[in-house]
Amino acid sequence: MGYTLNFAAVWRSFDLLLEGLALSLGLAFAAILAGCLIGLVTAFGLVSKNLFLSKSAGLYVTVIRNTPILVLVLFSYFALPQLGVRLGKIESFVLTLAIYSGAYLAEVFRGGLLSVPPGQREAGLAIGLTEMQIRTSIILPLMLRNVLPSLSSTMISLFKDTSLAAAIAVPELTFEARKINVETFRVIETWIVASCLYVATCSVLAALMRAVERRLTVPR
Amino acid sequence: MTQTLLEIRDLHKRYGTVEVLKGVDCTMAQGEVISIIGSSGSGKTTMLRCINMLEEFQGGSIRIDGQEIGYETVGGVRKRKKENEIARQRAMTGMAFQQFNLFPHMTAAKNIMLGLMKVRGMGRDEARSVAEKWLDRVGLLSRIDHYPGQLSGGQQQRVAIARAIAMNPKLMLFDEVTSALDPELVNEVLQVIKGLAEDGMSMLLVTHEMRFAYEVSTRVIFMNQGRIGEEGNPKDMFVKPQTERLAEFLKSSSFN
Repeated sequence: MGYTLNFAAVWRSFDLLLEGLALSLGLAFAAILAGCLIGLVTAFGLVSKNLFLSKSAGLYVTVIRNTPILVLVLFSYFALPQLGVRLGKIESFVLTLAIYSGAYLAEVFRGGLLSVPPGQREAGLAIGLTEMQIRTSIILPLMLRNVLPSLSSTMISLFKDTSLAAAIAVPELTFEARKINVETFRVIETWIVASCLYVATCSVLAALMRAVERRLTVPR
Repeated sequence: MTQTLLEIRDLHKRYGTVEVLKGVDCTMAQGEVISIIGSSGSGKTTMLRCINMLEEFQGGSIRIDGQEIGYETVGGVRKRKKENEIARQRAMTGMAFQQFNLFPHMTAAKNIMLGLMKVRGMGRDEARSVAEKWLDRVGLLSRIDHYPGQLSGGQQQRVAIARAIAMNPKLMLFDEVTSALDPELVNEVLQVIKGLAEDGMSMLLVTHEMRFAYEVSTRVIFMNQGRIGEEGNPKDMFVKPQTERLAEFLKSSSFN
């Protein structure tokens, strides 16, 4: 096994990896932001008494959650253009990850909505608030606090899913690492460095989420 | 002649096929304090919750200050009023709940200010000073910036009552407000309610505190199986009940 570790070639291309990481973060940020909106609306649909809303929301969640994300990514990039929807690589991936994360976040938010006691809504109604005011002032803030821990792990998962964009040649971290691997033949070194970048980024994300959690904790 | 505040006519309420209110009639004048007593399942809480539309009802009518609550009849068809209209009507009454239902992510002040700002349209400073006034009134001004989780049950319930009263309702509804409290905390809450009664606040109380109902009420309603079983002034009701059901109920409750 005459393999000697030599990181020099990887360090020479390190700025490429960082650019890749920056794009990964950008993809994740855009997709999760859109996914949160989709997830929130879908969650209210899931718990709605309106059968049409709850069924359609349920169908969306079921279909998306039971399809591998790689399949979704390939479908939107290769199949959608055949149907007349032509998107760039990045747009196509962000859209796919947004729809994918929407389904997961919808389940997270649904759990959060159900964890708010019905008495909270009734107390809001009793002082004359409208359903919309109750949602924004009471239900959402309480739900958000309840879901923060699982929201954090879902977001980290979704960030790591950006590596699948490599499959359609989006130049994010995994794609750049593969390129460096092919050009330098430093297989082990390249993937060690790429992995470390993922781990470090996820740790920072987790720490940020914990800080938000602490900030929002209500004294008791 | 005192003015009629609340008028309930032939109120019917069903959950599916189970009829829990089987035609309740009740008229209440401004300034009256009415206690509603009865065994569990007799419909007393349901009746209270119909008055502010926390429960739908299928028949009869409820009027507050002459306004028909919750439903309107258009061309012979009974329809639920629009959500905004119902919200406006709900603000005519205030309600205190068995489980307090304070908003746990807001301080005592913010709990009170929310409705003042969103429903009554007050500015932050005005709402804060109203909150201060009512928290002082229930003896909790020093807890104004505490969160519900930092307060005892009795204190939480007093804040919840202040939150309802601060909205300046025409009628206060109390739904077993002491039932979830440790015995030693019951009295502080009852004292607050008594003070409000002395100020002339119109109140409907669903309660299991018979001694308190006896002391504070101008009238007592005994609910039995979805109907009003007996009503009258507390002295007559508690001392010489007319129906056997009420006599039995009083015997089994702690009043003596």
